[in-house]
Amino acid sequence: MTAAIVAEGLVKRYGAVTALDGVDLTVPQGTVLGLLGPNGAGKTTTVRILTTLLKPDAGRAEVAGFDVVRDADRLRAHIGASGQYAAVDDHLTGAENLEMVGRLYHLGVRRSRRRARELLERFDLAEAADRPVQGYSGGMRRRLDLAGALVAEPPVLFLDEPTTGLDPRARAALWELIAELVAGGTTVLLTTQYLEEADRLAHRIAVVDHGRVIALGTADELKDQVGGDRIEVTVTSEADLRAAHDVLAPLAAGGVQADAGALRVTVPVSGGAAALTTALGRLADGRIAVRDAGLRRPTLDDVFLALTGHEAGREAEEKIKESVR
Amino acid sequence: MNTLQIAVADGMTIAKRNALKIKRAPDLLGGVIALPIVFVLLFAYVFGSMIELPGISYGEYLIPGIFVQTIVMSAQITGYTLTHDLQKGIFDRFRTLPMSPSAVLTGQTLSDVIMNVTSIVVMALVGLVVGWRINSSPGEAVLGFVMLLLFAYAFSWVTAAVALALRKPDVFNNAATILSMPLVFLSNAFVDSARLPGPLQPIAEWNPVSTIVQAARELFGNVPPGAAEPAAWPLRHAVPVSLLWTAVLLVVFVPLATRLYRRAVSR
Repeated sequence: MTAAIVAEGLVKRYGAVTALDGVDLTVPQGTVLGLLGPNGAGKTTTVRILTTLLKPDAGRAEVAGFDVVRDADRLRAHIGASGQYAAVDDHLTGAENLEMVGRLYHLGVRRSRRRARELLERFDLAEAADRPVQGYSGGMRRRLDLAGALVAEPPVLFLDEPTTGLDPRARAALWELIAELVAGGTTVLLTTQYLEEADRLAHRIAVVDHGRVIALGTADELKDQVGGDRIEVTVTSEADLRAAHDVLAPLAAGGVQADAGALRVTVPVSGGAAALTTALGRLADGRIAVRDAGLRRPTLDDVFLALTGHEAGREAEEKIKESVR
Repeated sequence: MNTLQIAVADGMTIAKRNALKIKRAPDLLGGVIALPIVFVLLFAYVFGSMIELPGISYGEYLIPGIFVQTIVMSAQITGYTLTHDLQKGIFDRFRTLPMSPSAVLTGQTLSDVIMNVTSIVVMALVGLVVGWRINSSPGEAVLGFVMLLLFAYAFSWVTAAVALALRKPDVFNNAATILSMPLVFLSNAFVDSARLPGPLQPIAEWNPVSTIVQAARELFGNVPPGAAEPAAWPLRHAVPVSLLWTAVLLVVFVPLATRLYRRAVSR
């Protein structure tokens, strides 16, 4: 299978800050790579280099067979990109926005017009097509921006946090659309802070932190890499949470996590069901009241925590809270 | 399509977008239509009632000055559009498209021409109502309008360069107001520059705005009949020097704005 995106040792510095510290990526044609990481990890910088918006300080990259620096002009005809901030024109209508993009891809007047209508229909914007974007909701702008990335039916698509700011229904619709495009042979690189999204959409996931890819593989491979199962125990009081943490710690094959809000202790173990039996015995001996206990496969949250030492969700949640404010 | 055809087609696409923006944004449309009307009426009636010139009505003397003032002032719309686009991320979208990179600025300045044609037509009509007349041959009058539009086009590039250097809409607006006021008022647009005191006189006489205004007065036949031949060199050869100024501005500011654009978007 040929690779639609190849990046080798990409480095980008802003003064003293190293945004990318040697990023390597390969995305086979017709697959989805999820770039997963917290804010400031280097996801957007990577996308900006691959879409020719930024020049790397070191390293090289090819997209659709074109070098991102030397062949930038020719490369652009083969990609579609949608950024974090909807790049649409407020004073133009939805249809005019997409027609303009079609004209700038040099599709010609008639094809640009037809393509604009098709996409507006597909993104559930047909009714708003002839209204200025100024009056659109945040979700509608987002969808229009994504439609803009699809105007020329590009073989390689870059989506930077495509579902940020979308409601659950719109998010599900977008996931479906991406799956459809990929089934038709499109290659997608998407960045996300949502582990669920990466798990659901991406064939392979690259975990990015501090400007480096720290893990790469399918969701299952990453989970295996973190190893073993997780025992999750929910208790009834904070005192019991501490007690449970202490009696279970000796069983752990890795760091024990205690969530004070949910009164839940998560313990990575290697022994499977036997370990759960042992754990329940210890909890009973310590007279700790257990509301719920179980054994589960590691989630991508666990993977992220194990790899980076911090949670991915936390920063994403804070970002959402800020934007609500 | 070859590179040049693509550049022209893309420039037209961007120009169309900007023209639609101006049409739909009441604040921008006000700058193109309302402001020139206000300028003509205000200056013609307020100053016109105080200032008397031999052999010519002040309104007639004034309108060429108002033409140039409006060109300088409404060029702020160019900077306003560019700085806002920079903030909004739309240039990122443009730069991932296979479009000609020069099209953003050629399109912007092209739509400015449409804007300037509109406001000059508005001013000329209102001017005719308040007593402005063209006293020259049709050929000279046409040359007068062409010269004004050429200067306006060159001045768009100046504004674009300033806007791309400053990048923030509010910073640009402040700077544009501070720079354009003396440029317009330290000139012969409203008064005879020869009668200005001390050091203001040479500044006003060598101000390119004065040259353009003087050239417009000559081409429209609005020079007071008894007026003495201006002493300063650029005013004595106003028409060729105006065209020279226009050429110099284009030669300096087209490449400069292009470079500043590249720098502004690639950070």
